[in-house]
Amino acid sequence: MLKIKDLKASVEGKEILKGISLEVNPGEVHAIMGPNGSGKSTLSSVLAGREEYSVDGGSVEFLGKDLLEFAPEDRAREGLFMAFQYPVEIPGVSTTNFLKTAVNQVREHRGLPQLDAVQFLQTMKEKMKIVDIDQSLLKRSLNEGFSGGEKKRNEIFQMAMLEPKLAILDETDSGLDIDALKIVAHGVNTLKSPDNATIVITHYQRLLDYIVPDFVHVLLNGKIVKSGTKELAYELEERGYDWIKAEHANA
Amino acid sequence: MSKDAEILDEFTSKEYEHGWTVDLEADEAPKGLNEDIIRFISAKKEEPEWLLEWRLKAFRQWQKMEEPKWAAVKYPKVNFQDIIYYSAPKKQKKLNSLDEVDPELRETFKKLGISLEEQKRLTGVAVDAVIDSVSVATTFKETLAELGIIFCSFSEAVQDHPNLVKKYLGSVVPQGDNFYAALNSAVFSDGSFCYIPKGVHCPMELSTYFRINAANTGQFERTLIVAEEGSYVSYLEGCTAPQRDENQLHAAVVEIYVHADAEVKYSTVQNWYPGDKDGKGGIYNFVTKRGICAGDHAKLSWTQVETGSAVTWKYPSCILKGDYSVGEFYSVAVTNNHQQADTGTKMIHLGKGSKSRIVSKGISAGFSQNSYRGLVQVHKRAEDVRNFSQCDSLLLGDKCGAHTFPYIEVDNSSAQVEHEATTSKIGEDQIFYCNQRGIDTEAAVALIVNGYAKEVLNKLPMEFAVEAQKLLALTLEGSVG
Repeated sequence: MLKIKDLKASVEGKEILKGISLEVNPGEVHAIMGPNGSGKSTLSSVLAGREEYSVDGGSVEFLGKDLLEFAPEDRAREGLFMAFQYPVEIPGVSTTNFLKTAVNQVREHRGLPQLDAVQFLQTMKEKMKIVDIDQSLLKRSLNEGFSGGEKKRNEIFQMAMLEPKLAILDETDSGLDIDALKIVAHGVNTLKSPDNATIVITHYQRLLDYIVPDFVHVLLNGKIVKSGTKELAYELEERGYDWIKAEHANA
Repeated sequence: MSKDAEILDEFTSKEYEHGWTVDLEADEAPKGLNEDIIRFISAKKEEPEWLLEWRLKAFRQWQKMEEPKWAAVKYPKVNFQDIIYYSAPKKQKKLNSLDEVDPELRETFKKLGISLEEQKRLTGVAVDAVIDSVSVATTFKETLAELGIIFCSFSEAVQDHPNLVKKYLGSVVPQGDNFYAALNSAVFSDGSFCYIPKGVHCPMELSTYFRINAANTGQFERTLIVAEEGSYVSYLEGCTAPQRDENQLHAAVVEIYVHADAEVKYSTVQNWYPGDKDGKGGIYNFVTKRGICAGDHAKLSWTQVETGSAVTWKYPSCILKGDYSVGEFYSVAVTNNHQQADTGTKMIHLGKGSKSRIVSKGISAGFSQNSYRGLVQVHKRAEDVRNFSQCDSLLLGDKCGAHTFPYIEVDNSSAQVEHEATTSKIGEDQIFYCNQRGIDTEAAVALIVNGYAKEVLNKLPMEFAVEAQKLLALTLEGSVG
């Protein structure tokens, strides 16, 4: 589904990703872990198509197409979703209205008919259960005055509505208490299917107790230096990142 | 003063020099302005003597006035002697089908979601007999007449209801009020007159759409609305369709007189030609709009969506004379490319317990300049006055400007006056967030801007609001990314 080959990227002339290769297949959950500044968020931003990042080398294939050729909105329409670490507020625009615009633009791209108001509300009601989100929240301005937990739940709710092929969760656990974390994880697990895949980007192992990864990769200084199974995450939790840093420095 | 005298002298001597007289049979007055031209206009319209005198008085005052320079707008000096002040309303060229209409204009109509019938009306395509707008308007007029509501062109009102016109004309905006109002008073061509009798709740939105016989009111439009005690009316001016006009200078006057316990809602959507990308050829819009809440518990509400014109100079105001009267001003002003807008309101509190609310949303894009200028004045005897003002500016890009000039004059210590102002930018983060959900940049800007302006758009009558939303998006098309 996703094939990243030797991806190099920089921001403001500073090289951050120094050759990343990663393959994600349908049905898989990959966790990308790493200390602050290792390039985790840059990776998700480059995949989503944020303009400030320039790709200096390598390739990214998504569902057989060259992802880097697409504008950000087309990447989304093709089925790439990113749950933001810091979801943006849009005053005066309700989540419902926002999502209706998004869902219909995505549907148009995929050659599906537009949802009318009734169909849309019906779909919304079904998906609301997944993350236990209240309808009153969806009537409020998007993310404005939402608590940290509400913002993250809203991200997963949007994911449920947009039905992506590949979801990238960028530090979705940051700022969440354990109850909110469980709700968010439950949502992600419910949406899991043999056809879609998830990349979980996180600093801590905590989230991975609830969203169990098939593979864990350690990102350090712009490169994946170690890959393994979920046991690697436990090891990191116990020993921190220093031993990998040391190992990597020696290598 | 001596310079004024000099100019005056020059005018009069010129007139003598040419010594022309105005041909009453002509469809058009010669260029320029003098007392003869005003006599010509008045005679053409078969006006009573008092109205001619009223015009002449305005003209004499105007001659002594200077163009205001305090607004934050720049434009080349207007040569008032180079304007034709009267031409007979021209019949629009009739087209046989919409296929004959400029494709670019049709595309715009489509984007605004304007119905085919209305498209035909706006472009002067002949409409078939069954849904002829004339017949719609006739039924409409009959319903109103049954209630005693008068809604007609200003010229008709002068002929048919001279006493009402005489009583209220200039009662809110006197002839010498300001430079443009004085000019309008001297030369106004036509406009609308609306009278709601005591206790009558006007059952429909009064829209200039239905006022068929004053289709071409020209550049100096005059509107007078009178709401008698306990009555209600919602009045709509303008339309979202782009309007082009050969006349570059527009100086309209709107007067609203609200008696005790009456309510008037006045909504405007203005989309005059703003000029090309470099700002050339756009319309100058210098409007005086004012209403008085004359009696107790009277209410006047202004809502405006301004997207057009090269230069806008406009301050719909409320004189809150009645005790417990209410004034409201809701505004969205959008400027793009090289447009300039200096707009706002005045809330003059004279009555005790009077309240006012101001919500102004400016949106600037391109190289445009957008200013809010508002006055809240509380007089000495006005006890327990309340005002709340919210002035927000939204910037798209970094070459435009937004300015806020609030003036607050309070002479009574019991008043509560609040002013809030914010300036924000559409962030790249907001756009990217939308993009990441599959929304393209144009739609993202439309979404964000409409969200920002929602509080004002909600005040518009439903159908108007939907069109206005699309209009905002269209005006800002291509201004980001």
